[in-house]
Amino acid sequence: MSWDKIEIRTLKDVPKEEYFVAGHRTCQGCGPALACRYLAKAGGPRAICITATGCMYVANCSYNTTPWAIPWMHAQLGGIGSAVEGAAAAYKAMMRKGKLKKEEIHVIGLAGDGGAADIGLSAISGAMLTGHDHLIITYDNESYANTGIQASSLTPWGAWTTFTPPGKMLRLGNVRVKKDLPKMIAAGHPNVRYVATASTSFPFDLMTKIRKGLAVKGPAYVQIHTPCPKGWKYPPELTVRIGRLAVETGMWALYEIEDGQFRLTFKPPKRKPVAEYLKLQGRFAHLREPDIRYLQEQVDAACKQLGID
Amino acid sequence: MVRMLTTGTTTIATAVKHADVDVISAYPIRPYTGVMNELARMIADGELDAEYIVCDSEHTQFEIAKHAAACGARVFTGSAGIGWAFAHEALVVTPSDRVPVVAMVGNRALDDPGNFGVEHTDVLVTRDLGWMMCWPENPQEAYDLTLMGYKIAENPKVLLPYIVNCDGNFITHVRFPVDLPDEELAKEFLPSTPPPRHNVLHPDRPLSIAPHVDYYWGAEIRRQMDQAMKNAIEVTRKVHEEFNKIFGRGGPPFVEEIYTEGADAVLMGVGGMAMPARAALKQLRREGIKVGYVKLRRFRPFSTEDVVNALRKFKVVGVLDMDFSFGSAHTGGIIFQEVRSALYDLPDRPKVVNYIIGLGGREITVDVMRSLAKEVNEIAKTGEVKQVVKWIGLRE
Repeated sequence: MSWDKIEIRTLKDVPKEEYFVAGHRTCQGCGPALACRYLAKAGGPRAICITATGCMYVANCSYNTTPWAIPWMHAQLGGIGSAVEGAAAAYKAMMRKGKLKKEEIHVIGLAGDGGAADIGLSAISGAMLTGHDHLIITYDNESYANTGIQASSLTPWGAWTTFTPPGKMLRLGNVRVKKDLPKMIAAGHPNVRYVATASTSFPFDLMTKIRKGLAVKGPAYVQIHTPCPKGWKYPPELTVRIGRLAVETGMWALYEIEDGQFRLTFKPPKRKPVAEYLKLQGRFAHLREPDIRYLQEQVDAACKQLGID
Repeated sequence: MVRMLTTGTTTIATAVKHADVDVISAYPIRPYTGVMNELARMIADGELDAEYIVCDSEHTQFEIAKHAAACGARVFTGSAGIGWAFAHEALVVTPSDRVPVVAMVGNRALDDPGNFGVEHTDVLVTRDLGWMMCWPENPQEAYDLTLMGYKIAENPKVLLPYIVNCDGNFITHVRFPVDLPDEELAKEFLPSTPPPRHNVLHPDRPLSIAPHVDYYWGAEIRRQMDQAMKNAIEVTRKVHEEFNKIFGRGGPPFVEEIYTEGADAVLMGVGGMAMPARAALKQLRREGIKVGYVKLRRFRPFSTEDVVNALRKFKVVGVLDMDFSFGSAHTGGIIFQEVRSALYDLPDRPKVVNYIIGLGGREITVDVMRSLAKEVNEIAKTGEVKQVVKWIGLRE
């Protein structure tokens, strides 16, 4: 490990150095860009980051104006699992064979929800089996935002996207239920020692999880809930508030699965109604009272199962 | 040195071992799989120290190879037929990321209908991406061209990926007498560590590889790849020279002339079809008919200079294509199009005809080669081309 400690509890534990700096051209209030800043801070200067196609490629890293102060490379949309595999295997082999100085290099792979849960799922699954040291991070802004807000398998039920527009015949928008990717990875790959969920609105928790994922031997997975002003249709200044509300309402849960042990890392003292989260976002504006009631029931059941309630 | 009877997949695996490769990414598809079986065995038996990654698809294989190479590792991967097609997206970005990946393709007919036989269309549909491509005639050349591949691809003036194509079954699976050098001699030619280059991903020297460019820099980056491919011609010449000096074999880098002395007409092709051609032309020469064969060893980079200099002295060139381009100019083969185009500026150019042959793995016999040789010889005598593109051995 290249840091003094893993746990980040207070502002004093947060490194002052920034490794994700100016140069990107993401939207105002971009949640995923915030995730980049935190993961680079947590990973530190002996990390490399590979990013699959998506907002955090196209809007984030342009020729001659890279925001990354650590080594960075592009991977294909479905290639994040393969990319970190290749990098981790390369360092491992070259260090073992004396072709490269021995040290711990943190290999981070970053993909959006489409790149991770849809097109890249197979490669991520493969990368979780081999035992190479890397951390795959999904920035989950619940749509293909880079291409103009299309539904992914992580888009929540009832959300508007350009592929799931509410209309006269199809009133609800997206009717697919959000895929539970972290649980899928944990359940399907028993040797993975660390799986966690995080939110850009809980930065200490997020950075701790990044470090835990990097420190653990073998592959690890962290999924970060990252609000998206453009895709979720809300004013950019609400990004942190909406991220927080997602957790406070139970629409998103913060947990980690460490060596198979599930643990909530944050439990809202008194869970707020989902309507408080939904009403701030234009993507849910078409939902009617019974729809919101239905969603509340679904969230209540999920929270019970997770031990939040 | 070991003299043995073995297959193309084994000789390529031996070259990979001699190259002291660090990362191998494997996924099965006939007829290339044997190379990965052999490499897995070598690692299991402690003959080779490398990370061997069992992949979930060809796309993953080639993405892994690309990123491992980007981190400075020497890598090996490969595929065949539709597997190669499945990897297409990763194949596109490997040359433009300027990483020296070396891969083997066991050429195989594309689906549908399913077919285990050889065809060269699988790799030729990716001819424009920036991969260097060569075709060994036999398992011996498969070893030689693989070892040379690392040296060419890793040259800082090149830094482009490299494919060793092997005719499915005929070279991948058929045993052939080969000389495999001792590892020390191979290392004298190719040291275990690639030469240093500017674009390695490592925390000691942070850099961003392949950021988004749009119209600001897209054209300049393409032009750099063009230059790299042009540089590859001279680098390949030098590497061949060095290889010949150390091993006493290896032949010319781009074009090899077989029985061309005194011939007015030649056949031309890539890969293993040179074997039946040699036999047929030798027979004909004994019978007093002088027809030659021009073996195109490398298709990318395509050395216009070498091809033109070899072909300009003949009246007729019959290009043998084990591939096809549907709806193309003259509706012919892919290599035919390229050869014909290369000769266009000659004031007195040979006639170029095309034979579509061996599709789906149908054997190209010595008798077939004899009849084609006689046919081009006849065209040379009469000057009359009845049919530019002809399918050979077809049931109609």
